[in-house]
Amino acid sequence: MTTSTPRAWWKTGVGLVLTGLMLFPVYWMINVSFTRDQDMRASPPHLFPTNGTLDGYRAVLDQQLPYLGTSFLVGLGTVALTVALAAPAGYALAKLRPPGGPALSFVLLIAQMIPGIIMAMGFYAIYLTLGVLNTLPGLILADTTLAVPFAVLIFTAFMSGIPDELLQAAVVDGAGRLRTFWSVVLPVSRNSIVTVSLFAFLWSWSDFIFASTLAGGGDYQPITLGIYHYIGNNNQQWNAIMATAVVASIPAAVLLILAQRYVSMGVTAGAVKD
Amino acid sequence: MPSTTETSTDVRDQGGAATAVPPGAPPSRARRPSRWWAWGFLAPVTIYLAAFYAYPLYRHVELSLREYTVRSFVQGGAPFAGLDNYRTVLTDPAFGPTLTHTVVFTAASLAFQFTIGMALALFFHQHFPLSRTLRALILVPWLLPLIVSASTWSWLLNSDSGLVNAALGVVGIDAVNWLTSPGWSLTSVIIANVWIGIPFNLVVLYSGLQAIPTEMYEASALDGATGWQRFWGITFPLLRPVSLITLLLGLIYTLKVFDIIWIMTKGGPTSSSATLATWSYRLGFGNLLPEFGPGAAIGNLLIVLALIAGLLYIRIERRQQLR
Repeated sequence: MTTSTPRAWWKTGVGLVLTGLMLFPVYWMINVSFTRDQDMRASPPHLFPTNGTLDGYRAVLDQQLPYLGTSFLVGLGTVALTVALAAPAGYALAKLRPPGGPALSFVLLIAQMIPGIIMAMGFYAIYLTLGVLNTLPGLILADTTLAVPFAVLIFTAFMSGIPDELLQAAVVDGAGRLRTFWSVVLPVSRNSIVTVSLFAFLWSWSDFIFASTLAGGGDYQPITLGIYHYIGNNNQQWNAIMATAVVASIPAAVLLILAQRYVSMGVTAGAVKD
Repeated sequence: MPSTTETSTDVRDQGGAATAVPPGAPPSRARRPSRWWAWGFLAPVTIYLAAFYAYPLYRHVELSLREYTVRSFVQGGAPFAGLDNYRTVLTDPAFGPTLTHTVVFTAASLAFQFTIGMALALFFHQHFPLSRTLRALILVPWLLPLIVSASTWSWLLNSDSGLVNAALGVVGIDAVNWLTSPGWSLTSVIIANVWIGIPFNLVVLYSGLQAIPTEMYEASALDGATGWQRFWGITFPLLRPVSLITLLLGLIYTLKVFDIIWIMTKGGPTSSSATLATWSYRLGFGNLLPEFGPGAAIGNLLIVLALIAGLLYIRIERRQQLR
């Protein structure tokens, strides 16, 4: 490393402090998740979980597993549906230049800007009529609206980079449009599929507004509602609440550790987080 | 430039290609009679947009134009009310304060997120050992589910046992009822929202900084410019386009914020931290007797605000592409 002068390490020190400050609430969440009930209201609060307890995590295992399972299923469903809808569209917009394509891209850009509360109320009215409130497919469908416009825009941006020669070679080999898409475009678009899948999963996993409006009264409630009920019931077991929060953060942590490259791609490629 | 402008560059490129095939284009392209068949690939997403964006939006607008009761919501047949719901909302004594909260929440969040994000971006742009790793770690608050961040902040700001009050006590400041006093609740949710928004500002501004050619700094260093002069003379003007886009994206996002406020304070106490988004939710879902009409009316006002910001964003971004 060329910059490893004392001055550069001094900056690393400052960087560590700044990062520590930014991440302190995350540390505090972890700390509280291990704190015993009787220490919870200690004054001053314990900065480290000395006399730590696993009661909080025991409560998660006892009470939150169904919620976690629902979130997981909803996340997988959202990913599958999002990729299935958005990948062909991205391919068409990037490579086939259909008439009206730019107009569709514009609509997608606008669609990202609609506040969630509005979609939730509209979905609620529709689902009530159709009788699909509190169902898994209903929640999955609603959650895909968080990801589909973003996914199409990401796929379009990435697939524009596929060399035309590659696609023409496939046509020369006698591949049809569908076959070209399936056996050439999709395999070389692995990175964008990973990026889209990660974000689609994370957003559906994190969704609160659709969950609370469309699934709040049923058997299929995701983990965000699990935490919300804990808080709402005036539960004073903050170690259990924070332990659930820690568990609910695992997908985000995994995402950052395994796929940091894709995360920055996603952030900078024009995402508006809901 | 690897930034937010990427996607709409494509939009514009296709616009050019689809409307006018340049004379020098390859013959295979120019002769192709029509590309309508490409809509085969677009059909699923188009049907999807119609069914799951346009239709809910339509239902939402319809909600705001009729007088719904719980009964007519389920069975249909609510009488047409024209703009009555809008009148109800606009003349509600809560409208003024709520709009003010929305503006204050948005403006304060943007100002702090942007300033802190910019400072961190400048700092991390200096490339020191571990800078990449630390920059990635700072993304964590942005990736966490909002309910996780909101409940963590609720406990940090708890009046009796929160760490923030304990820390204030150490330096001799009286405990503040962050979430339970009307004077502080809005500040509390702004603090949490700023924390969540900093990483996004950092990442986008950082990518903007990377696009500034290093020669410019070297030249000014030869001229003997100080760091502060370099910032105002080079960085700030060259970063203006990216800054504008960051702020507008932040605006669109902040107008939508609902989860954090609802989870931390439910818009209270006594509506002291209510914004348009939480008010709309409260009317529709937060009370025993839902008032979908007025709730939807507020939602539509929110859409108008978001769309103005959105169109402004698209306009500015296109103009920058054309430069």
